[in-house]
Amino acid sequence: MDILNLIRISGKALLRNKTRSALSMLGIVIGIAAVIAVVNLGEGLKQSTANQLSDMGTNLIMVMRSNQRRGGVSMGSSNVQSLKVKDCDAIADCAKNVTMVSPVVSASGQLVNGSKNWSGTAYGGSPDYLAIKKYEIATGVNFTDEDVRKYAKVGLIGQTIVEELFDEDEDPIGKTIRLGSMPIKVIGTLKEKGENNMGMDQDDIIIMPFSTVQKRMLGQDFIQQIVCSAASEDVAEAAVAEIEVILRDMHKIPVGGTDDFDVRTQQEMLEMMNSLTGTITTVLIAIALISLLVGCIGIMNIMYVTVTERTKEIGLRMSIGAKNSAILMQFLTESIILSLIGGILGMILGVGLSYIVAMVMSLPFAVNGVWMIISFVSCAVLGLISGFFPALKASQTDPINALRYE
Amino acid sequence: MKGQEIMSDQNSIIKVENLKRTFVVGSEEVHALKGLSFDIYKGEFVSIMGSSGSGKSTLLNILGCLDQPTSGEYYIDGIAVRERSKNELSEIRNRKIGFVFQSYNLLPRTSALENVELPLVYNPDVSHSERREKAQYALEMVGLKDRMEHMPNQLSGGQQQRVAIARALVNDPVIVLADEATGNLDTRTSYEIMSLFQNLHEQGKTIAFVTHETDIAVFTTRTIFLRDGRVLRDDPVETKSALEALKALPVDNDY
Repeated sequence: MDILNLIRISGKALLRNKTRSALSMLGIVIGIAAVIAVVNLGEGLKQSTANQLSDMGTNLIMVMRSNQRRGGVSMGSSNVQSLKVKDCDAIADCAKNVTMVSPVVSASGQLVNGSKNWSGTAYGGSPDYLAIKKYEIATGVNFTDEDVRKYAKVGLIGQTIVEELFDEDEDPIGKTIRLGSMPIKVIGTLKEKGENNMGMDQDDIIIMPFSTVQKRMLGQDFIQQIVCSAASEDVAEAAVAEIEVILRDMHKIPVGGTDDFDVRTQQEMLEMMNSLTGTITTVLIAIALISLLVGCIGIMNIMYVTVTERTKEIGLRMSIGAKNSAILMQFLTESIILSLIGGILGMILGVGLSYIVAMVMSLPFAVNGVWMIISFVSCAVLGLISGFFPALKASQTDPINALRYE
Repeated sequence: MKGQEIMSDQNSIIKVENLKRTFVVGSEEVHALKGLSFDIYKGEFVSIMGSSGSGKSTLLNILGCLDQPTSGEYYIDGIAVRERSKNELSEIRNRKIGFVFQSYNLLPRTSALENVELPLVYNPDVSHSERREKAQYALEMVGLKDRMEHMPNQLSGGQQQRVAIARALVNDPVIVLADEATGNLDTRTSYEIMSLFQNLHEQGKTIAFVTHETDIAVFTTRTIFLRDGRVLRDDPVETKSALEALKALPVDNDY
């Protein structure tokens, strides 16, 4: 008996009971749809994290002060004063794989423009800071190295601050606002960047020369962070190694000593984020798999009922020459067809569902191809497993009794 | 077929020798067949009669290769059936035997044509187009040329039994085994079916017809009468024509 014939026989048998076939398929449809939807949403979430992280900077490498122990006492990272501007200069001079470097110092304060005020944070950096953090200028100009040397009281403001401090028809360029007690001349505005994946508003920012923030506002000689751009994604690791060597030398850390800084690449941060969403996705997939299992039990159940109900048909087929193996194959094929069609419908439903959810949650829509193949294959396997015992029962029917079965 | 044993008597389609069948029910042994011997020759129309419990059904199951005898020999078309595997028995049923049942046993929601095609589905030597052709021819033979696409529930009992007969003929069997084939039909329709069987017999088909009705057995050419698992009588019959019997029936189709 060839396969085409087998499929034709089984297909006809399924079509004879359209409603029942459809209902027994439903379990698989829902199970597969749930799995596919969860997997695709997880994929979308991953992509959105990646997009937002790459929005944070161009091949970004961050150097942070690290938590240090002095005589067994943890200092807390914010009290560590290890990073200096000269570290920045050393990286800029010596690290071959680093294209741009900027120190980061930040200070919060009340921003005032006439009768309006807003609590904001000023970030001080070098002129490269905008390029490293992927900020683009909407209007006006960036500050220069000259401004850095002169501790110039100039700044670029993000769209949130533009909205809060200025009227709609007012041009902020050239206006002077106050940050705390210090007047600042607005020389540029930044293009909108939106929230980052931690829910932080990236447009609520005022960017100034680091020297201005460090000396005029904070009066300190250390900086909080160094941000760098690696020449390309491929050399990010090499750049990290270079930076570590330079900083150890600058900070005179002996071989085997503990670093007082921490270097992280964008890739590492991405992996950290993904491990979290990955855990959530795995839990959800596990739940979806349970519903798939229930679907399989449904098919097995229906197949058992079918075999009993069609005892007479089985007896007839045997009496006209169907071998036991042919009966076994017929019922196996029926359950595989059921689960495969159910699986395909479930995939379509799952992709549709994840598309809708992605739209509603404004996540990127992604289809995980590997899981589509896994689902398809597992449908065939599940059909085989759930159909096997009913089919075995059918093939062991005694035709003499079956023909008399009422 | 493997191990085919050609018998000396070429004309014998069915040959049983000292056939015994014993069932074990609990601790008791029930002897359903107690040593039967007979031959059915090519072109015969044999009725097998007997009251219930005479062993008719057991004999039919063995003749139809659905069951195996406890002892004794059974040859169909020269092939020894005893000691054959299940798969070999399936093949014998598929190629050598045509079954007609009391309750028709047609697949529901399946056209007459597809019902008739069914035995050929299990024969890999028959192609799809050949199968269709043979099924159409078999349906023509039973006079259902214009009912091929009808479903069983759109056909009368007599027509359904004709479909079943066509199904029994489609594989060109060496013998047609009919089990109370008129049992569910009224007298007129029974006679029509018997007339059809007589036609097939005239065309050279070998038929074994199990019944308990004497007025049906008179349409056959020979009756094997069973009682208590033994052959009581085995006589030739003075055959009556079913067509004439049909004409003799009172016309009462206006109720």
